[in-house]
Amino acid sequence: MSTPRVWGLMAEFDKPADLVRACRAAREAGYRRMDAYTPFPMEAVFDALELHKNAMPIIVLCGGILGGLGGLALQYWVAVVAYPLNIGGKPFFSLPAFIPVTFECTILLAALFCVLGMLALNGLPMPYHPVFNVPSFALATRDKFFLCIESADPRFDLEGTRKFLEQFGPRSVSEVEP
Amino acid sequence: MAVETRATELHPEAHRPPVIEPGYSFGTVTDKISSIVLTRGAPRGWWLGFVAVFSMTMMLFYSLGYLVVIGTGIWGVNVPVGWGFAIINFVWWIGIGHAGTLISAILLLLRQDWRTSINRFAEAMTLFAVAQAGIFPLVHVGRPWLGYWLFPYPNTMGTWPQFRSPLMWDVFAVSTYATVSALFWFIGLIPDLATLRDRADNRAAKIIYGMLAMGWRGSAQHWHRYETAYLLLAGLATPLVLSVHTVVSFDFAIGIVPGWHSTIFPPYFVAGAIYAGFAMVLLIAIPLRWVYGLEDFITMRHLQNMAKVMMATGLIVFYGYIMEAFFGWYGGNKYEWYMTKNRVVGPYGPTYWALIFCNGLAPQIFWFAWARSSIACLFIVSIIVSIGMWLERFVIVVTSLHRDFVPSSWGMYYPTRWDLMTYFGTIGFFITLIFLFIRLLPMISIFEMRTILPEAEVKEEHA
Repeated sequence: MSTPRVWGLMAEFDKPADLVRACRAAREAGYRRMDAYTPFPMEAVFDALELHKNAMPIIVLCGGILGGLGGLALQYWVAVVAYPLNIGGKPFFSLPAFIPVTFECTILLAALFCVLGMLALNGLPMPYHPVFNVPSFALATRDKFFLCIESADPRFDLEGTRKFLEQFGPRSVSEVEP
Repeated sequence: MAVETRATELHPEAHRPPVIEPGYSFGTVTDKISSIVLTRGAPRGWWLGFVAVFSMTMMLFYSLGYLVVIGTGIWGVNVPVGWGFAIINFVWWIGIGHAGTLISAILLLLRQDWRTSINRFAEAMTLFAVAQAGIFPLVHVGRPWLGYWLFPYPNTMGTWPQFRSPLMWDVFAVSTYATVSALFWFIGLIPDLATLRDRADNRAAKIIYGMLAMGWRGSAQHWHRYETAYLLLAGLATPLVLSVHTVVSFDFAIGIVPGWHSTIFPPYFVAGAIYAGFAMVLLIAIPLRWVYGLEDFITMRHLQNMAKVMMATGLIVFYGYIMEAFFGWYGGNKYEWYMTKNRVVGPYGPTYWALIFCNGLAPQIFWFAWARSSIACLFIVSIIVSIGMWLERFVIVVTSLHRDFVPSSWGMYYPTRWDLMTYFGTIGFFITLIFLFIRLLPMISIFEMRTILPEAEVKEEHA
């Protein structure tokens, strides 16, 4: 497989509204392999790129269920099977006394699944990414807004896509080296 | 604009200071906060303060080292008061941490935009306060090098922890709290670490911040998952923070010692924790905004709101004291009633009255708007409240234990200089960590500040 000459085309915008307009138009024009880069989370960009649902809630739910059941099972096994102790005549399986630790284990596993799941789905840590080859991209974490249409998109065409992006008044449109 | 003027006329209270002063853009907000870390250098005051608090940290390590060599006999604890400073300080520190989680999680879920400029350093405060809290039970066990025995793990002794004990619940609650607070803090930092990576000129700084930012590039797909994850974490941290001080209060309430065996403990411990924590947030915020000129970001609005939260939680705590005394009498148990009288007029009576003054009366000044707007008043009352909340734990731990059921086993408790050195040492260690934090990491969440700027709003021309 031959490596493509460019990874994508990156348009830089000053105003968030211009980026939203460009994202929406690109989506309507049929582009799919693209991403916006913003200095803060923007609901309007999520809408324009049709990002609605993600897998985070279900991952966290799984973590919570696993943590809760695991914590309770641990206490049951310790208190009933491995090391039964008579504490003030209470039953070996003293459910009310086991609730605090079960609860803490639920929260702990849910939180760990949440953080690690978010990083895994986002593919972080990622030591190298082509978008950083655009010199002005350092401003994506300050005050500039970027839209990158990737050359992997079937509708991508260096000239046509450049013309398409330029109609939204970007500061610049640059080729992204792979 | 006209509507706003009218609202001001109708409700004078509507004319409140803004959460961020006007005139800032994405770029200037970013530069102002990141320059504190990257370019401005450490002011002379930072160095002077750092030397002072670092000396106190060394005092802490010295007293802990001596403790490990000699044993807990160097402290004032003995029969009948076996808990003493170690547990008082543990509860005090862990309570202080609670305000950070409240600000970062609960106020996020309630969509309070004034949390934005104070959440980062409040979360850092949580983390550092929990670190101080963790020292005390660990060294109080006597042989801290065996502290890992508290965790359930297969061992050659064939033993396992006893999960019906509130002290075990404490191990799980505090370690979960420390872990989740650290995760929440770090997740919030990632986009700002990316900003520092992109803004740093120094190559070493670029590499270190770059590694910590993990290649964050602000992609919309990432932000989308990030926002969901952040909200879910806030949703998890909210019940967690309420559970932590509840479990800490169980350490007392599950016991049958007079004055401890009380169902009011969990709610009033949680309220007290938030109360003490907001006092500490104010004690940190007021010097910070002054030294670093952040009055535009941490405005009077923030300080006033914190004063109101302090007053509300202070009233809950005060209600707790009144109810404690009432049930001591109404419960009809002679040990409880003796304990109540002994607490008020016994040998430790002055600490009780100091506590009532510090926590019950002093914050009532915040009913007046001028008091909430006076920096000096806010600072002084915050100090008084911090002292008051420490006294609360002293009164609970010491007055209950020193005279319980059998008069022949009564005794007095006095802290030794090692107790005091350890306690003030942790204050120094806490401030040392805060000093390092404000030098090395952005103390205000930059990306969240950008979202509250007017230019962040996108007006859609079509739906």
